[in-house]
Amino acid sequence: MITALLLFWPALAALLVLLIKGEGAKKVAFIATLVEFAIALFATVNFVPDATTQFAIDVPWVERAGIGFSIGMDGISLLMVLLTTFLVPLIVLSSFKHDYKNPHVFYALVLFMQTGLIGVFVAMDAFLFYFFWEVALIPIYFIAAIWGGARRIPVTFKFFVYTIFGSLFMLAAFVYLYFQTAGTELAAHSSNVNAFYQLTMDSATQSWIFWFLFLAFAIKMPVFPFHTWQPDTYTESPTQATMLLAGIMLKMGIYGVIRWLLPVVPLGVSQWADTVLVLSIIGIIYGSVIAIRQHDLKRLIAYSSIAHVGLISAGIFTLNEQGLQGGMIQMLSHGINVVGLFFIIDIIFRRTNTREISNLGGITQTTPALSIVFLILLMGSIALPLTNGFIGEFLLLSGVFQYNYIFGAVAGMTIILAAVYMLRMFQGVMFGTKSEATEGFADLTFHEKAVLIPLVIMVFWIGLFPNTFLSISEPAVGQLLSIINR
Amino acid sequence: MISIILLSGFGIINLFVGFLKSKRILLPLSLLFLAIVFGINLLDWNDTKSYFDNMITIDNFAVAFTGIMVLSTLLILPFTQHYITRNDENIGELYALILFSLVGAIMMVSYNNMLMLFIGIEILSIAMYVLAGSDKRSLRSSEAALKYFLMGSFFTGVMLFGIVMVYGATGTFNIAEIAGSAEAMGTGGVNNVMFMLGVLIIIIGISFKVSAAPFHFWTPDVYEGTPTVWTAYMSTVVKTAGVAAFYKLMDAAFAASYPGWMPTLVAIIVLSLLIGNVGAVVQQSMKRMLAYSSISHAGYLLMTLLAFNELSRSSILFYSFAYSTASIAAFGVLQLVSRQRQSENYEAFNGLGKTNPLLAFSVTVAMLSLAGIPLTAGFFGKFFVFSALIEQPNMMWLIVVAVILAAVGIYYYFRVVIAMYLHPVAEGHTPIKSTSFINVMLIIITALTILLGIAPALLSDVL
Repeated sequence: MITALLLFWPALAALLVLLIKGEGAKKVAFIATLVEFAIALFATVNFVPDATTQFAIDVPWVERAGIGFSIGMDGISLLMVLLTTFLVPLIVLSSFKHDYKNPHVFYALVLFMQTGLIGVFVAMDAFLFYFFWEVALIPIYFIAAIWGGARRIPVTFKFFVYTIFGSLFMLAAFVYLYFQTAGTELAAHSSNVNAFYQLTMDSATQSWIFWFLFLAFAIKMPVFPFHTWQPDTYTESPTQATMLLAGIMLKMGIYGVIRWLLPVVPLGVSQWADTVLVLSIIGIIYGSVIAIRQHDLKRLIAYSSIAHVGLISAGIFTLNEQGLQGGMIQMLSHGINVVGLFFIIDIIFRRTNTREISNLGGITQTTPALSIVFLILLMGSIALPLTNGFIGEFLLLSGVFQYNYIFGAVAGMTIILAAVYMLRMFQGVMFGTKSEATEGFADLTFHEKAVLIPLVIMVFWIGLFPNTFLSISEPAVGQLLSIINR
Repeated sequence: MISIILLSGFGIINLFVGFLKSKRILLPLSLLFLAIVFGINLLDWNDTKSYFDNMITIDNFAVAFTGIMVLSTLLILPFTQHYITRNDENIGELYALILFSLVGAIMMVSYNNMLMLFIGIEILSIAMYVLAGSDKRSLRSSEAALKYFLMGSFFTGVMLFGIVMVYGATGTFNIAEIAGSAEAMGTGGVNNVMFMLGVLIIIIGISFKVSAAPFHFWTPDVYEGTPTVWTAYMSTVVKTAGVAAFYKLMDAAFAASYPGWMPTLVAIIVLSLLIGNVGAVVQQSMKRMLAYSSISHAGYLLMTLLAFNELSRSSILFYSFAYSTASIAAFGVLQLVSRQRQSENYEAFNGLGKTNPLLAFSVTVAMLSLAGIPLTAGFFGKFFVFSALIEQPNMMWLIVVAVILAAVGIYYYFRVVIAMYLHPVAEGHTPIKSTSFINVMLIIITALTILLGIAPALLSDVL
């Protein structure tokens, strides 16, 4: 019941918001997302930390075909739901100072997208998963394409066609897998996740299914070399869409790998894990090196995101517990840090009208609060001990080291490179002499603090007490590994 | 059966009503007739009967397809609303012809005999030739009618030739008996040259009717020239009837000869998908784009003919209806836009999202549905078609080809969406006017598309 509430409440709220013309829309949207977060917290409190799928609902959807509307949450899903419900209110709040045209449509689309995102994370049926996967894409396309920057039309179009192209392959793979399953007395086949887990296929079949599924997930994450849509889309989208994309949507891809790829085609994974790890590690180095060369703040964070996601993807394909748990915790950390960083860039952009590092400088002189918050989020991204990034990257890297120490050594460069581009950015933007643009730069307002302080708290919380979150996903990850290694 | 007789009678009534001074009554009257036929048709559910010496069989297959075709016509006719204000023309005959053509369409889904199939196709086609040229002041309309007529009658001739050859080889027109004697020939008659040649020629004839490549070349020109309402009819009801008839023929008469005609059909499907999708990409006119997209949808629909299982029947039914609702919305709005902007290009849609949110929303849902994106009926249409085919051995590659080309489809369908929401309305262009009647119809059509996208079992479990 809680799961259904989590799933449908945002959609319902979206319809409500659509009816409210004018400024009231953002307030209603904010309250609705807070309610959603409260529901998620309630679910967390009632969650029993074991490997079972809880709060499950399973009703037939297309009964004759064995397709069910089955939703539910295990620890992995719950963490993703928590991340989503935690970030969306902050994203909505971060937009309070923006004057978007047709605000009711904007906020309705954000809420509608939340339904899609939650749906992806709680779907326990392959076709339901695909359904929500696409449902999440449509609103974000419109948000980015309607309220985005000057080059938004071609850029978002590329993003849209690129991701749909990938997901159609996922659909084809799902249809194939579906027909391999044994059904029940009611239907000949089943698309339930457990039916998929029980499949045994020879390794050649698993190989091509692996690539069909991987293509869809890799485009979404994005893993090198499927990342070409990402920097442009992040740069051209309005800040809130960028936050949704980088903070939550790319986790759909990683979550998809964990839930629908690793346990379903373990032989295919073991055959191609080396290739994926190499691609991911290339992504780490490539994203970092390009980030160092960026002048535009948003593009810099976009490339750094490719590097971070590369490490997560490398970690989960090692198929050991450190790697997977590290991936889980790093998804949370990355979501929190990247949303915070994009918001700070948005604050700077709105006050100075520029995102070029060379036009900025000297902001620290007048803004103690912004400087501290910025630095903390930055350190989280670099993975300094005591911050959230350290936990995730440490686990991920130790996972990769266990798999292959050469891979581990190369992937470990991410920490050094991250320090280079992040500190270079911080130096150029915050230190030095004031430029024309940063003259009279005002410190954080109440609204901005309200967004950033929860994020900073989470940076330390995950950094100091990671067990709060690791213990939620641990049993589920353990069970996943036993399915993979059966 | 009663629906065929009723519709013919109603058509004649429409002809006479056309003599009245005020023609306003024609549209509501026709809608009423269609509603009656829709209801009466459903009475035959689960009550299989044969008529005219076994020439026609009304079974659930026939009832279901008749149902969706009558419903589609019911949804198309409101877009003729602007006709009834033109009192100076003989519009009675148009409303009569549409009912007559529906009679042909119903025969095509309920025939039990090759001659009946042929007569059905002819009744349908002759009405369509006239409707294509019904805008007498437009040169393009006359050109379309002539092209359609010349090509159409040639291909009906070709088909008749095929029917005769099959008759020569088997000695019967009855489809069940044909299947029987094909089996008697051994290996489904694949080695009987006359029989197989007949089958292939029939396939070519029907492929023309459903505008499958490489017999599609008339489609863009005819679609473009025909008045938009009748284009909508052509691409929905005519295609549904054609594919249903095609399926019935292959299933009931030639299933045993599958190895003989399968390669030809696969070639037709691949070419349709390829030419339809790639051709649509380069179009500047939305109407021509929809014409090419209709070729590609013929390809998707024909994929079900490669698998005769329970799923393939319902997938044709579902896909046809999903495609019909989306096409009607698209053509309907296109008609409103092109009448007021004097252009059928994408640019004519610029800024529609701002000025007419309802029209823009229904086109968006239609485009999403045509592209096969979840939450719309089109997604489940494609899903069922692929599922029906996947159980057939060695057909995975065809599904992969279809999937890749479906991704191409997103490109051109979204050009309309982009024009509506992301491009500003041109200087001096007034908002598109639409009547409340049409608005209500668009809401119903859009609601149907979304409803079937959320609860597909409503239609997919019917057959």
